[in-house]
Amino acid sequence: MATAPTPLLKDELDIVIPTIRNLDFLEMWRPFFQPYHLIIVQDGDPSKTIKVPDGFDYELYNRNDINRVLGPKASCISFKDSACRCFGYMVSKKKYIYTIDDDCFVAKDPSGKDINALEQHIKNLLCPSTPFFFNTLYDPYRDGADFVRGYPFSLREGVPTAVSHGLWLNIPDYDAPTQLVKPLERNTRYVDAIMTIPKGTLFPMCGMNLAFNRELIGPAMYFGLMGDGQPIGRYDDMWAGWCIKVICDHLGLGVKTGLPYIWHSKASNPFVNLKKEYKGIYWQEELIPFFQSVALSKDCTTVQKCYIEISKQVKAKLGKVDDYFNKLADAMVTWIEAWDELNPSGAKSAELPNGATK
Amino acid sequence: MSLPIKDDEIDIVIGALHSDLTSFMNAWRPIFSRFHLIIVKDPDLKEELKIPEGFNLDIYKKLDIDRVVGTSTSIIFSGYSCRYFGYLVSRKKYIISVDDDCLPAKDNKGFLVDAVAQHITNLTTPATPFFFNTLYDPFTEGADFVRGYPFSLRSGVTCALSCGLWHNLADYDAPTQALKPEERNSRYVDAVLTVPARTLMPISGINIAFNRDVVGPALLPCLRLAGEGKFRWETMEDIWSGMCVKVICDHLGLGVKTGLPYVWRNDRGDAIASLRKEWEGVKMMEEVVPFFQSLRLPQEATTAEDCVVEVANAVKEKLGSKDPMFARTANAMLDWVKLWKSVGGSSSSPGA
Repeated sequence: MATAPTPLLKDELDIVIPTIRNLDFLEMWRPFFQPYHLIIVQDGDPSKTIKVPDGFDYELYNRNDINRVLGPKASCISFKDSACRCFGYMVSKKKYIYTIDDDCFVAKDPSGKDINALEQHIKNLLCPSTPFFFNTLYDPYRDGADFVRGYPFSLREGVPTAVSHGLWLNIPDYDAPTQLVKPLERNTRYVDAIMTIPKGTLFPMCGMNLAFNRELIGPAMYFGLMGDGQPIGRYDDMWAGWCIKVICDHLGLGVKTGLPYIWHSKASNPFVNLKKEYKGIYWQEELIPFFQSVALSKDCTTVQKCYIEISKQVKAKLGKVDDYFNKLADAMVTWIEAWDELNPSGAKSAELPNGATK
Repeated sequence: MSLPIKDDEIDIVIGALHSDLTSFMNAWRPIFSRFHLIIVKDPDLKEELKIPEGFNLDIYKKLDIDRVVGTSTSIIFSGYSCRYFGYLVSRKKYIISVDDDCLPAKDNKGFLVDAVAQHITNLTTPATPFFFNTLYDPFTEGADFVRGYPFSLRSGVTCALSCGLWHNLADYDAPTQALKPEERNSRYVDAVLTVPARTLMPISGINIAFNRDVVGPALLPCLRLAGEGKFRWETMEDIWSGMCVKVICDHLGLGVKTGLPYVWRNDRGDAIASLRKEWEGVKMMEEVVPFFQSLRLPQEATTAEDCVVEVANAVKEKLGSKDPMFARTANAMLDWVKLWKSVGGSSSSPGA
């Protein structure tokens, strides 16, 4: 059975890259990324010049640009942390976003072929998810697979996919304690599957190799307050992941994980990481029950409404864990205000949920 | 990481729907020969069983089934349901069961898959149903919990059920296979993962293993389609049993894993011919899924037997009026618990 080629979507997708050092890694991605528009978010010292390899079409924002664009609302964008990447999501005008870290390279599949991660993410986003019932052969829409016996026919159309979460070969995304205990562990297992994370199940969303439908879920992809002046780091993508999962579950959207793999080359310093994660590790024990019990009312029909509602509950229930969460709740509201200003409502981020792909 | 398991804690239960098991047993010999086997002959099978020498096994036939369960029960151990008799009379902690038209598969490096060893590994390492680990089984060699996985959830829970997969003829329903007659599964997905709590799935009986001590009674031969036949395309008994097991595991805080090991499933049967018979099963799922999704068991149900009774009563109450098949199923479930209590040995351990 011949498969249609995956559409390039070159005018519908932006690649958002946070960086503080350089963009040399783009050379390796050139065959796959060159057709696309890049949004570079330069963290750290704005006086430093980040050289973008020739031949790429891009816009670059440093801290000064972020302050200029957002004014006082810039306070919601983290500084000295890759969480600042979410500024790129906000200023993009495209339907889809792919975000990748600058220490992630092209991986090879078991046959030795280079993996076009972006193409796989696009495939994942363009085909439905199946969050209501688990398919034991994983992605049923994939070549060579299908729904298994016993899978209800009424659930076989699936729902629109909002997020495609890719994985990493070589340096796995471990937390600091695990890195300290297993500094030499490398992920060499290529798991040839994509699957929908079931409704009602939370997961740790890593921002290293991530794609999403900005129109379906963009406003919820806020990466929180991390880095300079904040008590916590390396929980930006985690925070966003819990928010988007709760909202996707509520709105009937799907989140996929699995392929594609990228090659993660740089292991960050575990001692530095431990300092950043330390508070997160024990705050998380409160955060998980919080997210597991977030209730969104039927009136929350848009992502923004859901997000604002979550921010209220963050303040009400997590403010007592630490004052940080009061600040975070305020920042969540600021983010939505900034998002709506930069993305005035029209067709985008429209009400769901007949879920028709736009 | 896994507990050391002695071979004598394991029973391999095979439901014989074919009389000549020679090539089946010989193909599995390198993997099965260490273990005790229970072979249950489909009572409807007329021919004598042909089984090669060199195995430590017990064979149960119609006469044995009748003697043990008597005529008091409504349970019909025919066709694929015959294997449950094996589960009933086993006295081992771990049971592994594969269909008699399955052979050992090869992994992605070309080596023969030891399905028994993999199922045992699955059952003796913890499951993690409360939070999804994006690197799949964190207890496997070369993997771990990822950043962001709550530390309090990292010890996991007991794995009660291990669901394997199939190469060649995948477990598709008749309509799907009829539409894609040439499709064969050749993809080797090198992962084991825990199916999250409260997530339902179709649990196929083709390649399965379980901890009999904690969930034995929850695997039950109670739903029979009116047109049930001798091909998997013509049954739903395992799917029904699987929904019960999953709900019960979720309630008792036990885990269910899916993924490796693969078995190779022989081409057999005609999907189009089976289409007619399975339609009933397809309709049934539409009723049944919302029922199971909303089913909540009371706190007082702390053993698998208790849970089966609760599920049976709920089936009677909520589904009984929709189709007499469900009322029969509920009664069969209650009969099964009685049978398990009288014949199945000691009652199951309370959930972890």
